Amino acid sequence: MNCCEGLKIDIPKGAKKIVLAGNPNVGKSVFFNALTGVYVDVSNFPGTTVDVSHGKFGDDVVMDTPGVYGVSSFNDEEKVAKDVIIYGDIILNIVDALHLERDLFLTLQLIDMGKPVIVALNMMDDVERNGIKIDVEKLSNLLGVPVIPTIAIKGKGIDEVKKNLYNARVGNANPHIMKYLKDIVEKVEHQSEALLILEDDDEFLNAYGFSRMNLREEIYRLRRQAVDEIISKVIINDNEKNSIRQKLGYYMLNPITGIPILAVVLYIMFKVIGVFVAGTIVGITEETIMQGYYEPFVKGIFANLFGDNTVLYRAFAGEFGILTLTPTYVLGLLMPLVIGFYFFMSLLEDSGYLPRIASLSDKVLSFFGLNGRAIIPIILGFGCITMATITTRLLGTRREKIIATALLGLTIPCSAQLGVIAGMIAPLGAKYLLIYLVTIFFVFALTGTILNKVLPGESSHLFIDLPPIRMPRISNVVKKTWTKTWMFLKEATPLFALGAVIITFLSETNLLVVIQNFFAPFTVNFLKLPKEAANAFIMGIIRRDFGAAGLTDLTLTPEQTVVSLVTITLFVPCIASIIVMFKERSKKEALTIWLGSFIAAFLVGGILAFILI
Amino acid sequence: MTLDKAKIGQRIVIKNILDDNIRVQAIRLGLYEGAKVSCSAKIPFGPIILGNRLQEIAIGRELAKKIKVDVIN
Repeated sequence: MNCCEGLKIDIPKGAKKIVLAGNPNVGKSVFFNALTGVYVDVSNFPGTTVDVSHGKFGDDVVMDTPGVYGVSSFNDEEKVAKDVIIYGDIILNIVDALHLERDLFLTLQLIDMGKPVIVALNMMDDVERNGIKIDVEKLSNLLGVPVIPTIAIKGKGIDEVKKNLYNARVGNANPHIMKYLKDIVEKVEHQSEALLILEDDDEFLNAYGFSRMNLREEIYRLRRQAVDEIISKVIINDNEKNSIRQKLGYYMLNPITGIPILAVVLYIMFKVIGVFVAGTIVGITEETIMQGYYEPFVKGIFANLFGDNTVLYRAFAGEFGILTLTPTYVLGLLMPLVIGFYFFMSLLEDSGYLPRIASLSDKVLSFFGLNGRAIIPIILGFGCITMATITTRLLGTRREKIIATALLGLTIPCSAQLGVIAGMIAPLGAKYLLIYLVTIFFVFALTGTILNKVLPGESSHLFIDLPPIRMPRISNVVKKTWTKTWMFLKEATPLFALGAVIITFLSETNLLVVIQNFFAPFTVNFLKLPKEAANAFIMGIIRRDFGAAGLTDLTLTPEQTVVSLVTITLFVPCIASIIVMFKERSKKEALTIWLGSFIAAFLVGGILAFILI
Repeated sequence: MTLDKAKIGQRIVIKNILDDNIRVQAIRLGLYEGAKVSCSAKIPFGPIILGNRLQEIAIGRELAKKIKVDVIN
């Protein structure tokens, strides 16, 4: 068997594969950057990236892996990490010195694999601050591999790690486990494969035709005991005092303080993104820069080229032009909102707050057949439904994934759409905002409750590690914000352009009027909106915010505004997220969610119109 | 008794985890038969937070009902 078949990484002949392995949030990416000079996404929540970054160190290849607590197949991250680690030539194991008892489990497993290992004992400053002393030399002797103390974010010890990388050694494997392993090793290529067979990993059991040995728990227990033994020997001074950061962590968890903290955080996010960015910043970027300077400039060029009353002019520079509408929406409207949103998400992730929000919301989400982890895709959904739908992978069971995907597709407005909605509803006053919020929340709760009742099976329970509360590093937050914004723009721009083309085509061929008239009975009689509102709905299929923005051009009464905003929020998600939905879920499930949101949107909109108008 | 009955600040020892999938994963995070931990926080009706020195793990309330523990001292 070969390394990284699924990853398509080109490894030159004779090059060694240096693999970085470690638990989540131990600072792996800092080492990766230091070795290769390339930036990778750093995340504080276990399981937000499944990509493997790779780069060069001299003539050798360095590969990063997702943070895992052990090498096995409990989730996607672990499968990816396993695939890379198992065929690595040198393993650089990054260990959080403060959480030695947690991290050494993976270290010992790597050593049991018979791999040359070098340990970077990271976050040594945290250890000192907490009044703990670690006997590094003794730890190195007990493990049988080099151990280098580091404070990676300050650059301390990194050179030492680089110098010693090729001194990585095969460590002291667990003698009890090796006894079990002896018979298997002879029948397979690598000791690492043998270990995974011993630990009942289905992939390797099947590949080599072994049957389950049911020894995994026993092996894990032996390893855990070895960890505890090592800990008792190397930790010299263990001061169990509560640090301020730990206290802050508890305040975030206790509902009495935690809910107000969460409310304040969300309020600040709303004020900054919903009011400042969506209002002031977008006012400058969209109206002043794009519509004030950019569009007249483009229009001038195309009027000279084609004349200002031709199809080509309208296709490129007209009302829905590829070079007018698309850049104005993408750069003028969307980009500032998306930057604002990802900036806050990165702060939440890197500070360690996100898993605490997950714990806090566990109970509420359990009513909808989800556990607290589902708060991650839900919060992300307020940024971009497409991305959030991908992260539903981190949920434990199929039914949870279906519920989360349906809730995202139906009820959560993405950041771009949110900006437009906020802009339209804010001038109407608190009453209409309340009607909107209550309706959307009601649909959310109803959908969740029904799906939880209807779908067979049982959802998984919350079981997560809470990383320590840390001050996020601003440089990392900025880099991450930009990386994610850039990815979003790359994904969204072609779809916007496609949307612009479709709309121009529909309007040139008068099909728009035909469709408007077709939907007119719905829009006019049922939703009690002007028939042009159908435009917005059609555009909404292309991108949801596209649709919401289309409403701003209409003259609507406050009641009509609320009805149309509710409908457009519940309305089918954008093309990109539908594609992802079909990729992540089965055809039948995706189609049901898609059509379901169609029906739900018009039904709820109609009922609301009946009550209000 | 089961974990959901533990009180904040209590030192407890894990006796058994009656969920096969979680039991294996829990060993890796330091929760296994005989492990001594403390109940560091409880979210009303929500998860139990277990602390082992500076390591913390949140466990859903329903799952906590499937974890048998004894109180130390």
